[in-house]
Amino acid sequence: MSVRHALLGLLSEGPKYGHQLRQEFEARTGEVWPLNVGQVYTTLQRLERDGLVASDDAEAEGPQKDFRITAQGQEELDRWLRTPPDLTSPPRDELVIKVLVAVQLPGVDVREVLQVHRRYLVELMQQWTRLKEDEAEFDLALALVVDAELFRLDSVIRWLDAADGRLKRADAEPAAAGAPPPVLRRRLAVRR
Amino acid sequence: MSFLELRDVSRVYGEGANEVHALQNVNLAVERGSLVAVMGPSGSGKSTLLTIAGSLEEPTSGEVLIDGRSLSNMSHNDKARLRRRTVGYVFQDFNLLAGLTAAENVSLPLELDGTGARKARDAAMAVLDELGLVDRAGHYPDQLSGGERQRVAIARAIVGERHLVLADEPSGALDSANGEAVMRMLLTACKGGVAAVVVTHDAQLASWAERVVFLRDGRVVDQTVPPPSPESLLEPSVQP
Repeated sequence: MSVRHALLGLLSEGPKYGHQLRQEFEARTGEVWPLNVGQVYTTLQRLERDGLVASDDAEAEGPQKDFRITAQGQEELDRWLRTPPDLTSPPRDELVIKVLVAVQLPGVDVREVLQVHRRYLVELMQQWTRLKEDEAEFDLALALVVDAELFRLDSVIRWLDAADGRLKRADAEPAAAGAPPPVLRRRLAVRR
Repeated sequence: MSFLELRDVSRVYGEGANEVHALQNVNLAVERGSLVAVMGPSGSGKSTLLTIAGSLEEPTSGEVLIDGRSLSNMSHNDKARLRRRTVGYVFQDFNLLAGLTAAENVSLPLELDGTGARKARDAAMAVLDELGLVDRAGHYPDQLSGGERQRVAIARAIVGERHLVLADEPSGALDSANGEAVMRMLLTACKGGVAAVVVTHDAQLASWAERVVFLRDGRVVDQTVPPPSPESLLEPSVQP
């Protein structure tokens, strides 16, 4: 989460105080990302150092200091909005690793392991959905955040379901599971 | 008391080497006012569970109780009456009758049960109003969007004094906004005193339920514990 660019976004609407920036940041992110005021000022100092924001009164400190975005800051904000985050290399997902380890260990019921994680994820989704049910209809920012979390968690559950299906098929045909085809083995080796 | 109860229900199809255990010793209890999701992959027994719960199919062993009455002691006619009066079904493909308006589709189950046409229509309009569909009452199914059709199907499932709604992948054919609208509507029905069971493979759909039961190879293998308040998601945990 780039606090830096979120602050630039808020300042692109007009000059603001640090305290005001903190309040607006929390409100606009559906209050899902709390931010302490110290973090706001540290970030603002760095932005000022880099020439992306300017303060009107260099002498004043603390809550009365008014910040505005510079032309360079506006350019940086536009560039950031359109720069895709790096999703190209597969993340070293802890859950994937746990399942890969479980598959190797004798005596481990892998499908039971999958179910432990599935249940936890569904419980988490229930909480997010409850939030949506209660509040999100009236708060666009919160609704967007909740949707993002629900889709993310849902995709993990889908992966667990797919893994479950694969294990079930492998159980039915143990020979195939014991010796993966050479092409697949080679690809896995490359990843390692 | 639970409105729907499955006690040790098993269902076997075929014989000998071809025997398939679709359900094995399933226990499930659903109160009025609560929405329970049954989640599992295809082939896990979800639809069998629903048809047995709705008395459309007999269990091989075990017992189903609706409103405290065991279905196994019930005559064929009593079961048919129970299905008409007490149980509402929602299917993935809506199953509305094309030649009837939304209001007529909703009032039909009451009329089939002997309610007078005017009284049935009044009840249909009341439930359509409750679900925000009253301006669609005179439309035919092909004049409604997919989301609206499914909402009409839910109205039909809860019209009258029916207190049990059984839904099989109710948002399977809908986009996420319409799927959400359907689940909100089922929740509203539950708050009004309905007991609902939704079977689905979709976690987003299941997450609307207060309890999610996991079905695998015909067995209940797990269920969610009531989650803490969603406020815990918003507690400060941000990293600088």
